[in-house]
Amino acid sequence: MAAEQKFTPQTWPESPEQATLEGKNKFLGFWFFLGGETVLFASLFATYLALKDSVPSDTHAKAADLFELPLVFLMTMLLLTSSLTSVFAMYHMKNYNFKKMQQWLFITVALGLGFLGCEIYEFNHYYHEFEHKFTSSAFGSAFYTLVGFHGGHVVFGLSWIIALMIRNAKRGLTLYNAPKFYLASLYWHFIDVVWVFIFTVVYLMGMVG
Amino acid sequence: MANLHPNSGDPKVTYEYRRKKHAEEMRMQVITFTMMIFFTVIAFAAVGAGFSKWFIVPFVLLLAVVQVIFQLYYFMHMSHKGHEAPQLFMYSGVIVGFVTILAFVTIIWW
Repeated sequence: MAAEQKFTPQTWPESPEQATLEGKNKFLGFWFFLGGETVLFASLFATYLALKDSVPSDTHAKAADLFELPLVFLMTMLLLTSSLTSVFAMYHMKNYNFKKMQQWLFITVALGLGFLGCEIYEFNHYYHEFEHKFTSSAFGSAFYTLVGFHGGHVVFGLSWIIALMIRNAKRGLTLYNAPKFYLASLYWHFIDVVWVFIFTVVYLMGMVG
Repeated sequence: MANLHPNSGDPKVTYEYRRKKHAEEMRMQVITFTMMIFFTVIAFAAVGAGFSKWFIVPFVLLLAVVQVIFQLYYFMHMSHKGHEAPQLFMYSGVIVGFVTILAFVTIIWW
């Protein structure tokens, strides 16, 4: 199957992301990368847990003083919903419906940007209201490294999806770009996987001390 | 609907079968999503209600693990055929990560 061949919904293969050798290799390589990302984030979580609330004096804010559940809940809902909308996008990709896939990816990006906006507000709030800075304590460094790394992944994931949407806007679906869209959605889900542990370990467990 | 079989060879039937299968899978995804929202709400409510720390920590961790399994196996399709290598990679990563976290929360301050 040539990568640039034109398809109809009837002739579109069952697993377009793995229909070519390149697609198969990307699929395997990307999961290997996600296994490595798991270790990367685990080490950041480990560091955070070891240094949580390690502040030089009582004037520094600790986890329970900083966090506010309503904002974290909103962020969780935004990211979780964006995970579902990217599943919808891949559903339309498998049905060879390029337009609907683009529409759902657009909604995914919009939700992701909403999440990012909340996170920027949150960090800004901690910095100005609580003097909670990257350099103010071991707790601050560990917190911003872990949550900031996740935020960096969100930025990268959004850029990746937007780039794919624009680059392929007039091209439509082919076996050349189907693996690209599929892997971008896998990456987006993985960001949500990490967030589930962040809201649990950092925020919820931080609230109870 | 007895002849709606994937291997019937008739491209039209195969096509309809696949469309149906995708739609069914999508329904499963929506159910998965609803349960994930439900678990999230319970986890936040447990903390908001102010239960004891010794109940909340294991409880929210358990809910997180279940949510992540849903995400990996349904949203990321790890339950599908041909995902043996992804399982090997992810479980290897989880084992290394788990040992790292265990070490950091237990022996680092000794």
